[in-house]
Amino acid sequence: MKSLSKIRIILILFSVFLGLVYAAPNFFNGSLQNNSINLLPGKKINLGLDLKGGSYLLLKADMEVVFAEKLESLMSDIRSSLRKSKIGYKKLNIMEDFVSFQMRKGTSVEKIKSVILGIDKNLIVKNNTDIFQIEFSDANKQKITKTTMMQAIEIVRRRIDETGTNEPSIQQQGSDRIIVQLPGLDDPSRIKKLLGKTAKLNFQLVHPTILSEDINKDSKSPPGYIVLPEDKNLDRFYMVNKRVMVSGEMLKDASPTFDRNNSPSVSFQLSPLGGKKFGRVTGKNVGRAFAIVLDGKVVSAPVIQTQIFSTGQITGAFSVQETNDLALVLRSGALPAPMIILEERSVGPGLGSDSISSGKIASIIGLIAVMFFMLITYGVFGIFANIALFCNIIFIIALLSMIQATLTLPGIAGIVLTMGMAVDANVLIFERIKEEFNAGRKIVDAIEAGFQRAISTIVDANLTTLFAALALYSFGSGPIKGFSVTLMIGIATSMFTAIIITKYLVLFYSKKKDINNILF
Amino acid sequence: MKLLRLIPSNTNFDFLRFKKIAFIFSAIIILGTIVSLLINNLNYGIDFKGGILLELRSNNSNNGNIDDLRNKVSTLNAGEVSIQNFGKETDFLVRIQKQDGNQKQQIAMIEKVKSVTNKDYNVRRSEFVGPVVGDELKTAGMLAVSLALLSIMVYIWFRFEWQFSIAAIIALTHDVLTTVGLFSILKLEFNLATIAAILTTAGYSINDTVVIFDRVRENLRRYKSKDHYFIYNKSINETLSRTVITSVTTLIALFIIFFFGGAVLSDFALAMIWGVLIGTFSSIFVAVSLLTFFNINKGDKVEDQPNVPEYER
Repeated sequence: MKSLSKIRIILILFSVFLGLVYAAPNFFNGSLQNNSINLLPGKKINLGLDLKGGSYLLLKADMEVVFAEKLESLMSDIRSSLRKSKIGYKKLNIMEDFVSFQMRKGTSVEKIKSVILGIDKNLIVKNNTDIFQIEFSDANKQKITKTTMMQAIEIVRRRIDETGTNEPSIQQQGSDRIIVQLPGLDDPSRIKKLLGKTAKLNFQLVHPTILSEDINKDSKSPPGYIVLPEDKNLDRFYMVNKRVMVSGEMLKDASPTFDRNNSPSVSFQLSPLGGKKFGRVTGKNVGRAFAIVLDGKVVSAPVIQTQIFSTGQITGAFSVQETNDLALVLRSGALPAPMIILEERSVGPGLGSDSISSGKIASIIGLIAVMFFMLITYGVFGIFANIALFCNIIFIIALLSMIQATLTLPGIAGIVLTMGMAVDANVLIFERIKEEFNAGRKIVDAIEAGFQRAISTIVDANLTTLFAALALYSFGSGPIKGFSVTLMIGIATSMFTAIIITKYLVLFYSKKKDINNILF
Repeated sequence: MKLLRLIPSNTNFDFLRFKKIAFIFSAIIILGTIVSLLINNLNYGIDFKGGILLELRSNNSNNGNIDDLRNKVSTLNAGEVSIQNFGKETDFLVRIQKQDGNQKQQIAMIEKVKSVTNKDYNVRRSEFVGPVVGDELKTAGMLAVSLALLSIMVYIWFRFEWQFSIAAIIALTHDVLTTVGLFSILKLEFNLATIAAILTTAGYSINDTVVIFDRVRENLRRYKSKDHYFIYNKSINETLSRTVITSVTTLIALFIIFFFGGAVLSDFALAMIWGVLIGTFSSIFVAVSLLTFFNINKGDKVEDQPNVPEYER
């Protein structure tokens, strides 16, 4: 290792060159984007929401609601399967989280079990003599959650896309959560409103004789009917038939418009199948009130004047913004589960750019201060360490741009901290060289020994630090992850720059100058 | 050019003589931590406690002041509210406790604060963390710290003797505990960034410890005839210059983050500054001192031979 291998020098120079090329785009302002910058292969570092401003939302799908719905449909599946197999039963109903019924005498338990497992083999069927209990297994629930989440993400994406937000990122986290990141949006209240509605639209007939005026929320409903509140006036109620005649899934399009009285409303168009159904129902029920039910609340209940087929209008006490939003959520389809907002973080553009500028200032002052200290402590060797440190910063920026890691404010702190810690490897080496020299070695040997001996210490020390950084990464949410990424990259690059680049600089120098006295 | 020399070469301090004093000092700060945790607990930020945080900047310095803001927010009956200046005269941090009721009430409260303040203040940042997420983050944070300590311990155990690993982990736990204590005593907000600072501190401290241990291991083989006490002291002295210089460069960087990195990062920098100081102290006075309680084998096993460079063979 005493001779300077030309190939290695070329490799080192080439890697520094690559680092410069990939880091370069970050040093141009957006306004300077001319042809020369387009020639560069790299991209700019991806800035985190805390730096460029924007909103982060963590949503959770309320799966309990979905399981309850699925239990309803399981009950009707059980009913039809039992009927089809001509098995007598009574008291079929839903208790807490299972379906239960009582079998009639003379039926075989085994047969009932096989009929029910025929619906879904993963169901859990228990029986206590003649009382049966059917519930979802974990496998059932997982499957339900999975399909629900796929649909939910799709709907969330459609709704956000329709608002024209730039580059939104929507991804699943864990089994039932969704992370929504909206760069550049510092007030997510509209998005929250849009995601706050499941937007399940149903058309249901209103009871022909029981009028809204006569009922309150505690009114007893006749079989097959249910009391629903009005959307805008929660003290007003309707007696609505439970049967859904036409639902939002049959909607083809919806758009905001104005009705005859020039008040904001939403016009909709049904799919061919929906239109046929709608025509049949409205044809048969002229003169009856038809409730438009959104998320379990009656938006309006106009009286059917004449048979209607594929198009209609939803009127209510809407503002223009509300009709815009309603049309949007109807177009995007209903969310399969209500979304609960677990966490929200929004950063305005002002704070973001302030953070960037204070980060820049801290980085530059930090770099200068550390370099100055190294210079006054180690003289010429300090210059070598500083060149290595500078290369290190270039490599960190280049790698962050290459892997398109997200740079956050703590990430900038990580870079500044790395400046302080990166010189550690050089300090270790130089101190070792000094020791070896003081112990009576010739300068060239002392340099060689200093590098040789320090390396194992450097590796041990850096690897243990890396463990801490890895733990940080695994813990990571947004900004913290950003910090740990810069820290890890910094550890890796500092080993390269501090050991290899410095070594070649020192060797090159000691060859040229034929030094025979220690310089620090 | 006359170069700066923080530590003269060939120092020969008897560090281990201060072992007892150092242990007493450590015991006091750990005891202080425990007492403070019992009395003050930790001032958990919304990351862990759940709740609402808004950073506001007054757009008209005549109208915008802390009393005015307090009056405005107090009309909302939001429960426990804390308002403080943040970095600048015109910037304020408003923390509001988790509201009764479901998530909708939390979101509604953010809107309410915005609506009573929007004439005179701009919202620079708004955060809401639900209690579920808060609890999860707390668990994840503790898990991360334990995981880091454990993996470091295992690594040291493999690279050194088991005694080193015990000493290192006690020193490290000492640093982590007292950093937590600093936050409890000064009532600083304990949040996600604090966990990051603690883990980075742990990384720095173990780095320091490993450098000294590495030298101890080397000297144990080199000076087989000398006693452990001499070897430990010599190792600390030999690495002292490096220890001090690296601490200084890191502290330089940290002080710069503290003063120029903006208000968001200042607590983070403060935790790390403490971490570097206590980490350096513990590497010498806790980790190495603890080694004196073991009778470490001086490595006559064949596989423990150090890598002797070629020019020495």
